[in-house]
Amino acid sequence: MTEHKPDIDELSGVETTGHTWDGIQELNNPLPRWWLYVFYGTIVWAVIYMIFMPAIPALPGTGMTNTPGIRSHSDRALVAEEVGKLNAERAAASSQLLDASLEEIETDMNLQQFALAMGESAFGDNCATCHGAGGRGAKGYPMLADDIWIWDGTLAGIETTLRHGIRHLEDPATRNSAMPAFGRDGLLTAKEIDDLVQYVVKVSGGTADMSAANRAAPVFAQQCVSCHGADAKGNRSLGAPNLTDSEWLFGGEPRDIQQTIYNARNAHMPAWQGRLDDATIKALAVYVHSLGGGEK
Amino acid sequence: MSMLKNHGKLERHSLLLTVGILIVVSIGGLVEIAPLFYLENTIEKVKGMRPYTPLELKGRNIYIREGCYVCHSQMVRPLRDEVERYGHYSLAAESMYDHPFQWGSKRTGPDLARVGGKYSDEWHLDHLKEPKSVVPDSIMPPYAFLAKKKLRVEGIGDDLKTLRFAGVPYTDDMIANAEADLVAQASPNQDYDAEDALIARYEAAAERKGTLRIADFDRNPAEITEMDALIAYLQMTGTLVDFSTYEADDLSNRR
Repeated sequence: MTEHKPDIDELSGVETTGHTWDGIQELNNPLPRWWLYVFYGTIVWAVIYMIFMPAIPALPGTGMTNTPGIRSHSDRALVAEEVGKLNAERAAASSQLLDASLEEIETDMNLQQFALAMGESAFGDNCATCHGAGGRGAKGYPMLADDIWIWDGTLAGIETTLRHGIRHLEDPATRNSAMPAFGRDGLLTAKEIDDLVQYVVKVSGGTADMSAANRAAPVFAQQCVSCHGADAKGNRSLGAPNLTDSEWLFGGEPRDIQQTIYNARNAHMPAWQGRLDDATIKALAVYVHSLGGGEK
Repeated sequence: MSMLKNHGKLERHSLLLTVGILIVVSIGGLVEIAPLFYLENTIEKVKGMRPYTPLELKGRNIYIREGCYVCHSQMVRPLRDEVERYGHYSLAAESMYDHPFQWGSKRTGPDLARVGGKYSDEWHLDHLKEPKSVVPDSIMPPYAFLAKKKLRVEGIGDDLKTLRFAGVPYTDDMIANAEADLVAQASPNQDYDAEDALIARYEAAAERKGTLRIADFDRNPAEITEMDALIAYLQMTGTLVDFSTYEADDLSNRR
């Protein structure tokens, strides 16, 4: 193979490559300069990047992982640092939250404001999914903005619920009780349950079939009073709801009540200790307590 | 510069050119791919990761079948806002038994990498049946039919076998008992021996207690439905690794 002689195209005055196909010659125009310099630039950039950033994997047996680069950059270290900075910023107020009792937080204007702001954002992120924005609740998820409490509406009680959850069996300190599934497990017949439904409708102030309700009175006395009480007003230490108010967690229609007695509900709330830090849990307790129904 | 002018020789000889291209490409491949086979830090060493139980795996298959990944990612990125909202950033180790992984990059809904244990089973049930009932402004479609569809138990052993072929350390014991394990995890208080055997098998693999939950996830003890499987899977996501043993500062864990 011999080098071709420079061959100039007559029309354009540009050098050709010397290749000819069917009488057509290929011009040898240079690459656009800007393109070429960008290309060289990327190569230079690659070298700079290798020097400054983690780049080349180490060979086996050296015990090293890769070249760390001058900057020793690490996304994970960076996020740890940023979260650390954030926590430090919060620490001043947080530590006051940690040191103060829940009652002190509620009475100290500044602390209370901080706790409410912190509680509100944590609530929106973690709690509102079930309990609704502002604690308005939903069927199956208690309203937190009213003064009806199934377990405990005091500051300390709310904190305990937050920490250990309800029927969160992985936590030994969880609030726990189990209503039997009277129908499913065959403890009562379908007829007895239908009568019981009427009894519950009666005590809650609705219009009930009185003869059915009267038939169910002995069954209620036998099966239900141990938790819900003879007056059907419930028992907070067992999380047994008051049946005489007209508020219903799982619905107050006869069909809902029938389902509740037949299958039992036994709702579960996860424990938040471990998932949320102590300051956030205290702030949440103060926030929930402030929603409208907090008890002394 | 005379050497640069010799490229003409390479370009005019097809075999030489092919060999040249092969050499250049293999350098790139060697540098980029080869280290993955010997580097020990591509997947972090953590405690608690275990292969998914048959029920969780079924749920994962439903997750993929229903296209959940189209709207939900499973990857908490190492950014402050994400760590604040979702929890610890995801580790490579956490998806080492995923075939295929569900990282995703599209978030119409929230990230699900750490949704496990955050809500109750009842919430997941209500939410999957009718998302708007618990999240009024949700645009997620309802998946109520999952609660009515009986879960197909047969053939789960083959799923495990296939995954073992892909490198998931399922034991012969796990494969042989896959169907029994699946039923046991969704039927609490039915057969205590089967429950104990299930826990023993998978906790041994996790080398950690408490990574497995046995529950009637869909609150319907009459049958095991696809809802059981999906909720079992969701409640497990992001809960396996014991972060108390993860050393973020260790040089090999830097990324």
